Amino acid sequence: MNGLVWARRRRTAARFWSQFRQNKAGVFGLVVLALFVLTALLAPVITPDNALSVTRPPGSPLDGPSADFPLGTDRSGRSMVDMIIWGSRVSLTVGFWATFISIAFGTLFGILAGHFGGWGSSLLMRVTDWFLVMPSLVLGVALAAVLGRSLTTIIVAIGVTSWPTTARLVRAQTLAVEARPYIERARALGGGHLHVMTNHVLPNVMPIVLAQTTLMVGSAILTESTFAFLGLGDPTTASWGATIQAARDVGAVSSRMWWYILPPGIAIVLVVLAFTLVGRAIEGVLNPKLRERR
Amino acid sequence: MADSALPTAPVPQLAQSVRDRSGVRRRLRYYGEKLGGSLVSLFAVILTSFFLFRIIPGDPVRTMTHGRPVTIEQQEQLRREFGLDKPLAEQFWSYLTGVLRLDFGDSFQFNRPVTDLIGERLWPTVLLVGTSVVISAALGLWLGVRGAWNHGSLSDRVNTGVALTLWSVPSFWLGLILIVIFASGAGWFPTSGMESTGVEGWERIPDVAHHMVLPLVTLVAVVYAQYLMIMRSSLLDEMGSDYIVTARAKGLRDIIVRRRHAVPNALLPTVTLIFVNLGFVVFGAVLVETIFSWPGLGQLFYSGLSVPDLPLVQGLFILFSAAVILMNLLADLLYPVLDPRVRP
Repeated sequence: MNGLVWARRRRTAARFWSQFRQNKAGVFGLVVLALFVLTALLAPVITPDNALSVTRPPGSPLDGPSADFPLGTDRSGRSMVDMIIWGSRVSLTVGFWATFISIAFGTLFGILAGHFGGWGSSLLMRVTDWFLVMPSLVLGVALAAVLGRSLTTIIVAIGVTSWPTTARLVRAQTLAVEARPYIERARALGGGHLHVMTNHVLPNVMPIVLAQTTLMVGSAILTESTFAFLGLGDPTTASWGATIQAARDVGAVSSRMWWYILPPGIAIVLVVLAFTLVGRAIEGVLNPKLRERR
Repeated sequence: MADSALPTAPVPQLAQSVRDRSGVRRRLRYYGEKLGGSLVSLFAVILTSFFLFRIIPGDPVRTMTHGRPVTIEQQEQLRREFGLDKPLAEQFWSYLTGVLRLDFGDSFQFNRPVTDLIGERLWPTVLLVGTSVVISAALGLWLGVRGAWNHGSLSDRVNTGVALTLWSVPSFWLGLILIVIFASGAGWFPTSGMESTGVEGWERIPDVAHHMVLPLVTLVAVVYAQYLMIMRSSLLDEMGSDYIVTARAKGLRDIIVRRRHAVPNALLPTVTLIFVNLGFVVFGAVLVETIFSWPGLGQLFYSGLSVPDLPLVQGLFILFSAAVILMNLLADLLYPVLDPRVRP
């Protein structure tokens, strides 16, 4: 029995991969992501020990590109290349954790609202709507004030404001799944609420959640850079958005220090685009109707 | 569903009138539910706005008087004036009655009624955001239709790729880059503001337009991808339909099939999206207005956040959220008018 289940899962995974591989943009996104994840993991190894030190910086402040510093230096004399490498850690961390919060809450509330219905469900959807109209920036500012300026604050602010989208999607999918006859069969055989939700609804909702997850990481990273740019992040972490803000502060715009402004922005675009491409490719595999069109 | 459940009546007119009456009731109920839901949301926003900004620490009076020689008595006096010394319940009651009269109190930093400030800053934002929505919707829909009709072609793939890339660009960064290249670099456009000083009369129109180019390009670039993608997938959905096959079989020209048959149907989901976006885009202008020092609501909001200027931020928060709620409601009410299939 168990062996059979595993064999089936392996086959499904293999089929998924062979279809995913056909989408060139998706594969490109996956490669870019792998590179960024690798860079983030190896950051302490591939950069010198004093890469982020403000007191003992490797170079002199605001130098243009040179042989030692291919992308120049920032206002403290740190190499821009190292700043980008360390920034990838912040962006990916925030992206993953914020998405985790958002997906966990969204899936939980979406399934509950879809499964139970009635006034509880209506109330839950009202709350969802209320979170939907709330501008995330305002919530971020208020949270930053209460929790202090840190990565956790940004993660919580993004997670808390982005779960309603997932919840609506999951609720719709739950309603569709629950209308199928095999749910009725499970109920007739004595399956309780928990059994139906975890063993029948959840596995069927997961594919759509997976696609949503990948797309959401991208937008979470974009929001993080915005928050950091507005100065809501931890002042000691070198996130990409914070680097752009620092560049604006020292007047990089009017003195046209392109090496200070361009690289962090390009890094953001690459990572967000990579997540979007992978998410769309996954969607395409799961929804054959979409696949023919691309 | 409900219609087929009706017994076949001997007198057709009677059945007809029964059906009409239940239809009217159903429609009224649908509109009532939507309207009631919006009102509940609005009330929740008003509540949130009060409590959310009370938890922001920082003493507005101290920030306002920063760097000026003021005595403790004077600070107390200011606190009394702003009503910050009263108990929370009393503050809340005066806030609530004020909001219902559209009176958001006086701004701490400008020392003027928030309503007046909003009135002054509203039009620059409406001008910028309105123009950007019109342009990005037109551009996105046009490219979306073209892409779907020739899907898989080189131009379709290039357009989709460009749109997705621009969608991934942080708007504040794009704004800075545009300033570096075209304003402080080439000097073609002004770096900030909405008008030059000393320009009067009809001359103001080209002047404002000149100032608006870069902020407009920034807003359009990051937003139009959404319209393109939704129009493209919506039209692709329609293209497989039987009625399109019929239209082609009748021998209609390709352009007629597209314009008269496919596009009007595919426009439906897009209309909803445009409305929902309209609500959010006002708030989305905060960053672009700040970068370009555009004298609109977004910049006002940003300046209010740093003090913190409670009445100002509260008022704008309510306004921004109300815009989203209103646009959602309009989309809900308009959709059945446009699409008879979902008519309640």
